[in-house]
Amino acid sequence: MTSAPPREIDAALLEQEEDRGGGVRALLGNQVAGPLAALVLAIIIFGLTTSTFLNAGNLSLIATQSVVVGTLALGQTLIILTAGIDLANGAIMVLASVVIGNLATDGNALLALAAGVLVCVVMGGLNGVLIARFSLPPFIVTLGMLSVLSAVARLYTDSQSYPINSDLLTVLNRGLTVGGVTITYGVLLWIGLTAVLGYALTQTAWGSHVYAVGDNRVAAALTGIKVKRVLLSVYLTAAVVYAFAAWQALGRTPTADPSGYATANLDSITAVVIGGTSLFGGRGGVVGTFIGALIVTVLANGLTQAGIDSLYQQVATGVLVVIAVAVDHFVRTRQTR
Amino acid sequence: MTEHVLEARGLTKRYGHVVAMDDCHFDLRPGEILAVIGDNGAGKSTLIKALTGAVIPDTGSISVNGQEVQFRSPLDARRAGIETVYQELGVAPALDITQNLYLGREQRRKGILGSVFRKLDKASMRHGSARQMADLGIRVQSIRQKVETLSGGQRQAVAVARVAAWATSVVIMDEPTAALGVRETNQVLKLIERVRENGLPVVLISHNMPNVFQVADRIHIHRLGRRIAVVEPAHTTMEEAVAVMTGAKSPESLQTDGGTA
Repeated sequence: MTSAPPREIDAALLEQEEDRGGGVRALLGNQVAGPLAALVLAIIIFGLTTSTFLNAGNLSLIATQSVVVGTLALGQTLIILTAGIDLANGAIMVLASVVIGNLATDGNALLALAAGVLVCVVMGGLNGVLIARFSLPPFIVTLGMLSVLSAVARLYTDSQSYPINSDLLTVLNRGLTVGGVTITYGVLLWIGLTAVLGYALTQTAWGSHVYAVGDNRVAAALTGIKVKRVLLSVYLTAAVVYAFAAWQALGRTPTADPSGYATANLDSITAVVIGGTSLFGGRGGVVGTFIGALIVTVLANGLTQAGIDSLYQQVATGVLVVIAVAVDHFVRTRQTR
Repeated sequence: MTEHVLEARGLTKRYGHVVAMDDCHFDLRPGEILAVIGDNGAGKSTLIKALTGAVIPDTGSISVNGQEVQFRSPLDARRAGIETVYQELGVAPALDITQNLYLGREQRRKGILGSVFRKLDKASMRHGSARQMADLGIRVQSIRQKVETLSGGQRQAVAVARVAAWATSVVIMDEPTAALGVRETNQVLKLIERVRENGLPVVLISHNMPNVFQVADRIHIHRLGRRIAVVEPAHTTMEEAVAVMTGAKSPESLQTDGGTA
């Protein structure tokens, strides 16, 4: 066996580390390669088969169309990394947007936006307390919350919708025009949120704890990590992200509609899963989710450009979800035995 | 009398009418591997839990390096320099070796990057974990390997390396080889000896008599909630130890060492 193991640090150990350093690589990890390849492949295929897809305006439209579900999916990623799930994120966002819409109708838009953040934090915090403090299953807690909040949004608005005409509330749909192509502030915000969350997940102790809690909760607790506090912080952070999603939604369609975005919760989970994050927790990240959200929009847009029935977009998305879950299952079972 | 690194006197713990510890003593000397053996239900795990802060004894005292301590939680024991390796569940498989070694004790960058941006000092942690793995003679390809890519023995080695890195007085190992094959068990036993060579005393709880007799300096025999004998492997056979442990033989017949009940 190990005959007189060396006391010196094995040179190979350190060489590996010097080679591989670098923030970008750490931020991306290696779980991004699959989703990125799928995105590039889809773009190439649609670029070759249609004449309109690879037009700069169309590509910018794809990014713009991705921001609402894409932003929700960033919060969803944090929760799924802890082996949780949030079925209520769309409903929280819709409730926040109707509260904002109502208060902004004859009030200050900035205060209305702040109230929307408060709604998200309270509702996300409630999920977090039920899940972290009382150890209730996230699926059931957020399913119940989905039902309650969908109804509350309609009761609050009396099933009316509010038109949004404040500049502040719709600013995210405007943007910078460079060479005739507009990049909306919403897209920039989405990119910024992805960068901030990606940094927090990969470069801070909090991020390591989020992964550890999702990966092996018992081991995390044994090392002294305050598991409940980490879980609560994740649900609260996700809630703040949902508030940004509500702002994005008001920009995209300047109407606060209590019955809008009914499938945003599942769409966000789709983006997370296609982006390579494991539903079992501990694996994945927000950059993958960003790409996952783009893949879904690219499929919808590209198939439309190619003149194919949009129902095939749902078929393609479903197939991708199953492939992503199968890949994750393969990775986990091969390595855990 | 030798100064004891970890010492317990007269520990008692009752759960209703069940007595889990009955005036139990315990001594750990500097730089030794002390095995704790006992039949199922003898109260070994209650003793270990009391020593690691997971159980608060009804009566009795515990001292670390001569200082009396009152453990209210596992965190208190950890602060006193006592770290524990468990049979399993000790590592996060999707994280790499460095992340596992520093889990819950991450180092941040110096200056504004660390204080404001909370940035981890990954280079320093990688260096530290490479040093720790080398000190213990644990062979892996890279400290950036995810723990799930390691064998069962290597995973337990990572758990031992973490504990040995942070323990300042005592390492406690609760059945560390129970889930391992023969070859991997031997790797972990070598590692336990390496931890002792590096200066940390080890408490090894095990059911595996050959393992115990292979590495232990002294053996604490636990029966009916108390220590009934402490023997040395050199002067006692496995059969005698098992006979005393199960009550087939009285402890007076043994050549004991380091006191009895």
